Formats: sequence, structure tokens, C-alpha cells
Amino acid sequence: MSALHIKKGSTRHSAYNLRPTFSDVQERHTIAVLVENEPGVLARVIGLFSGRGYNIESLTVAEVDHTGHLSRITIVTTGTPQVIEQIKAQLGRIVTVHDVHDLTVEGDAVERELAIIKVVGEGDKRVEALRLADIFRANVVDSTLNSFIFEITGAPDKIDAFADLMRPLGLVEVARTGVAALLRGE
Amino acid sequence: MTREMTGAKMVVQALKDQGVDTVFGYPGGAVLPIYDEIFLQNDIRHILVRHEQGAIHAAEGYARSTGKPGVALVTSGPGATNAVTGLTDALLDSIPIVVLTGQVPTFMIGSDAFQEADTVGITRPCTKHNWLVKDTDSLAETMHEAFHVATAGRPGPVLVDIPKDVQFASGEYSAPKPSTSHYQPVLKGDLEEITELVAAIETAKKPVFYTGGGVINSGPAASQLLRELVDATGFPVTSTLMGLGAYPASGENWLGMLGMHGLYEANLAMHDCDLMINVGARFDDRITGRIDAFSPNSKKAHIDIDPSSINKVIRVDIPIVGDVAHVLEDILKVWKSRGRKTDAAAVKQWQAQISDWRKVNCLAFTNSEKTIKPQYAVQRLEELTKNHDRYITTEVGQHQMWAAQYLGFEDPNRWMTSGGLGTMGYGFPASIGAQMAHPDALVINVAGEASWLMNMQEMGTAVQYRLPVKQFILNNERLGMVRQWQELLHGERYSHSWSEALPDFVKLAEAFGAKGILCSDPADLDDAIMEMINYDGPVIFDCLVEKHENCFPMIPSGKAHNEMLLGEAETQGVIDSKGSVLV
Repeated sequence: MSALHIKKGSTRHSAYNLRPTFSDVQERHTIAVLVENEPGVLARVIGLFSGRGYNIESLTVAEVDHTGHLSRITIVTTGTPQVIEQIKAQLGRIVTVHDVHDLTVEGDAVERELAIIKVVGEGDKRVEALRLADIFRANVVDSTLNSFIFEITGAPDKIDAFADLMRPLGLVEVARTGVAALLRGE
Repeated sequence: MTREMTGAKMVVQALKDQGVDTVFGYPGGAVLPIYDEIFLQNDIRHILVRHEQGAIHAAEGYARSTGKPGVALVTSGPGATNAVTGLTDALLDSIPIVVLTGQVPTFMIGSDAFQEADTVGITRPCTKHNWLVKDTDSLAETMHEAFHVATAGRPGPVLVDIPKDVQFASGEYSAPKPSTSHYQPVLKGDLEEITELVAAIETAKKPVFYTGGGVINSGPAASQLLRELVDATGFPVTSTLMGLGAYPASGENWLGMLGMHGLYEANLAMHDCDLMINVGARFDDRITGRIDAFSPNSKKAHIDIDPSSINKVIRVDIPIVGDVAHVLEDILKVWKSRGRKTDAAAVKQWQAQISDWRKVNCLAFTNSEKTIKPQYAVQRLEELTKNHDRYITTEVGQHQMWAAQYLGFEDPNRWMTSGGLGTMGYGFPASIGAQMAHPDALVINVAGEASWLMNMQEMGTAVQYRLPVKQFILNNERLGMVRQWQELLHGERYSHSWSEALPDFVKLAEAFGAKGILCSDPADLDDAIMEMINYDGPVIFDCLVEKHENCFPMIPSGKAHNEMLLGEAETQGVIDSKGSVLV
């Protein structure tokens, strides 16, 4: 056994240099969590993510079973495979969580998101915005003489693309719901 | 069967129905109705602590020494916030406790009322689960569910927050029934994985059992099964701080504790093994040292009731999710049915290797005739108390590690220490909890003077209830472990790691109406310890020890198991490098 030589006072050998040794590819996963709809359940889930340093890209929640008082939380998160596994295990540990599904690995999932987007402009830009909205099958849900609010649903990528196109045409505000997702088939 | 009663009465009735005999608590405005009900009955003893943190640690001491859930009752606001450290401690060490807090009336919640705090919000991350009960009709069911959640699966602390109007109002009480909770952790391990582990046991040449607090938490049967499996296979066994006592220290396959201040032979066995069987431990950073150098050549099996423990820190080859006792039983069954095979010749060679490591005698220290060495003090304590019906608690720091190294534990539930959170101030109230549960036993808190002062107010509790707890204080007038790290890692800059105004502990004991003993001469130590043991009442034993003793062996943070420091000699050479001190 080689004796360890710690240089006293040297920061190079100090206890502050500890680094986690895991580094892997970052993956994006969509996780569906079925929870009892009790006060504080969302705080438990969000607190888990912030307390353990996990990412939340988007999160949607609503009661889906009114008789059983169950809510469905859909979380899009990123992390290394090990972190994703930890997230699922930690979610499963919450007493009021009934079920955890990783839609990204369990099969093909349909992922949809709704966004409403306000575009302000006049003249050609206004016409172009309307034309692009038509191509993206976005609906006009409100309009004034110099603004539109478009409603668009689809995969998050499609919404990103639409918002990017609207930016030079006068996009001023976006509200997105986050992803709702279900597995395909039975 | 349901009965109509007030919420306050329901609380007491639910405690009785859950088999609770002792509650540690401190009254206040928001729990007065419950205290009224406690006053009107004689089945449950209430122990008045002197600070709510003390109540939680006492409940932990009670829980760890009995295997039953501990119960604490505190008021709203500051009562609840004072409980937070204890709750976090219990969460990290997986100790089942049920904490009841009073809350301002429901109609005042959110109004910044007197002694209002968002208790469920504050304690959400430091409990396994918590509840705010807003309706007296759901109180009884919530109480029963609280006990279920605290004890089922991986145990932990739970908290029930009860507004004062809910305590006053009447509702239907329902007795406990077999839990209808959806929370039902899996107890049986997967048979395929168990069979794979048995196959690995049969062929392992350098196996080691690495056991943890999960064995203790699983109950006495788990310790029995562990002993049977270890002795039948002849595999060496080491344990974390939390698991001491699951396998007896006198057992022939015992390696001693592993980890940062673990034994040389235990850590090297972990480093060099080819099969590591983790039974109810969690690869804590105090255990693993540097992760990428952790036991590089071993196949690793991990038995844990909590799926989130698996692959959290260390990737394992054979994960088994289940209760330790259930899984060990199945391992034994399968192993026996396949003919009780091991590679006996290889294991014998492995044992010989371990014997060589043992010869290093890593716990040796240079004794002194002038000053009491702390290791010597703990050695003498062990020698003079080991034949007693003994329970040990500790505070946190060097004394804790010396206690773990030099005391021998023959049975589970005899050793209570703050492992995960490292809570200074844990040991004294925990000793009170253990003594309440075991009135005739010898309960000793091995302490450091700095830790002990953090909850010294509990002397009042010990004296009031005539609890003969022995406070064995290794007094070096330093925050010993902090001082050691400053010496080794911070260029000997001893920033605020000593106390200049310590109390006279003998006079302090006398002021509380207890006995104080001062000992500073190694020659007097045995007599003084005997005096402590024989005194019928609480004792503060002020043991003045060597001030600058370091705790070895030591794996510095971020180093591997085979990079242990064995003693002062190995840190020398760097002590002279004054030039780098200011870098």
C-alpha cells in the first residue's frame, strides 16, 4: 500500500476538488406519473427534482380520474441514463405516487403540446404570419388590427419551429402547456 | 367499529391502538387539547423534554433500541421547526418515528398567525411522508396510515400536522385495520436474481459481506439469518457504522467496521474482493471513498428494500429489491438446496490474506501514562461494561469513530449513532430514549464535549425522570474531527475549532442534581468508570483526554480504500512543508 501524501494547505489536494465521475450522454425522457391528487403532491414531485438537482424541461399536471382522485403528471426531463433511472426510482418512492412510466423507453408515445402565440405586426409581415399559420394548422383565436393570437397543437418540435418562424414576424409572447403524452396501442 | 370523540382524544386513542407506550414531547398553545387528553389517562407515558430537537432524538433512540416506531409530540411554529434536524436525521438513517405537531386552527392557516409555520411545507423534504389533517373525521385514519408508512418498507420519519380546531371538533374514530394503503413495498426478492447470487457465492474466491443498517431495520430475524449465512459459508463480513451488531463482534468471520475510519483489513477486503454482497447498505460516500477506484475487480450484489438505492452510487451486477430477512432466507434456502457449495480452498486462502492484513493491527495507538488517550478510555469502557446489558449512543465526531472501532457489539439494536446526517447533539437525547425503553439497562452516551453541549439542556429530563444515563464525555477541549481535518487538509489553520469557555462539567452535573465525575489520570480511569457504572442515577463523566489525538485509520475524502492513512507517521513529511501552507 502506498502511503498517501496530502500536501498541507495545498488546494490541489484539498477536499474541495471532488468531482462526480459519471459522465455519459444526456438523454431526454418523457415520464408519466400517476399520483393521488392530495394537497402538496405537486410540491413533492417538484421538490424532488430541485432537491436532487434534476432538470425539468416541461411539466403538466391535471386530475384525470375524478372518482379515484388521481392526477397525471407528465414530465420531460434530461439526464444521463443513470440519472434518469434515479429519477424514476425516486419518484416511485413518494408515498402518494401510484405509478411511474418512462414513455421514452416503454414504447412509441404520442406527445402533444398546446401553445398560444401572440404576433404583433402590420402589412406584409401580418399577411406572412397568417400564411405560415395556415401551413402549420395554427388557428387564429384572437385578433386586433395589428395583432394575432395563434393557437397551435403538436409535438414540441413543431411548436418550436412555428415560434422560430414567427419571431422575425413580430412574435411578442408565447404560452405553452408543456407536453401531454400517451403510449400508442394497447 | 366507530366511535364519536374529539380529535384530541382520537390522537391518544390511535396511539394506544398502535401499541405506543411512550411519547416524547413539549407542550404549547396549538397542542393543548392533546395534552389535556394525555393528562386524563395513564396508559401512555409522556416524557417532557427540554427542547423539541431532544424529543425527536429521544424518539429515535427509543425506536432504534426497540425496533418499534418512536413518537414525539410538539407544538406549532417553533415546536415544529425545532423538530426539523431530528426528522432529517431519522430520514437519512431510516428510523421509524411518528411526529405529531399542533397547528393553528384551519381558519387561521395562511394568516401569519401567532406560532404559525408551514409545517408540512418545511418538513416535506425531511420526512418520508407528511399530512396536514383538515377534518377530524379523517384524523384517525391518517394516524394509522402514518404508523404504516413510518414502518413499512424502508422505515423513516413521518409527520402529522393537526390544527387546533381539528383537535377540538368531534368526529368518528376508526380503529386500525389491515392497511388498505396502496403503499405496500415489495418484501420478497426476485428468485432469479437470488439464484444468480447463490451461483456467485458458490464460485467466489474472495467474497465479502458488506452489511448495513438495513439488517438492523429488518428486525432480529435478519441478524439471525445473516449470522447463519456468514457462518455457513465462512465468508468474512464487515459492516457500516449503522449496521454494527447485526453480526457479533466476537464472531470468527468479523472484520470490523469499514469506511473512512474503518479497519485496514475490512477496507482492503472490500478493495480486493471478487464478490461483494451488500446487505442493506447504501454505498454511502463515507464507505466508498473514491468511486472510480471502489472495489475495481468485484462482482457486486446489492440487497435493498428501496429500489432507489440500487445503482444510485455504484453500479451493481446483481440487484435484489426486497426486505433483508426475506431475501436472506431465500438465499439460504436456494444455497442449501443446491448442496451448500463454496470454493472452500480459495476462501481459506482469502482468509489467510485477511489474517495478514489483520497483523498490521491498525487500531494500535501509542498509549501514555500521563494523559488519557481517548482510544484507551474507550477500550477501558468496553472492558468494564461489555458484560452488562448495555446500550450505547454517541454524538458525532472523533469519539464516535473511536466508539465504533473499540466497542464490540454482540447484538442488533444496541448501538445508536447519527450516521447519515452526522448530527452533533444526537447522543444525549437518544440515550434518554433508549433508557426509557430499557429502564434497567446500562445506557451510555459516548460523547465529545462540543457535541454534548448542543443538547445539554436534556440533563433536566434525565434528572426529572431519574434516568440513569451515563454521559461519557471524551473532553479534548477541541472540535476534534474538525481540528483533524484542518490539520490534514487546511494547512493546520485551526479556525474556530476549540472552545475557550467550557463549563466545569462536575459542577454542571451538580447544578442539575446529577453526579459529576472528573478523570484526568490514566491510573484513576478504571475506578472512575466503575464509580459511574455503579451510581444509580444520571452521571456526567468528564474524561480529560489528549487534546491533539487524530483518529486513524483514515481514508481521506476522495481517496480509495487502499490509500488509507494508518497513523501519524504517514502524515509526516508533509507536516514540515511549511512553504505550501499559505498556497
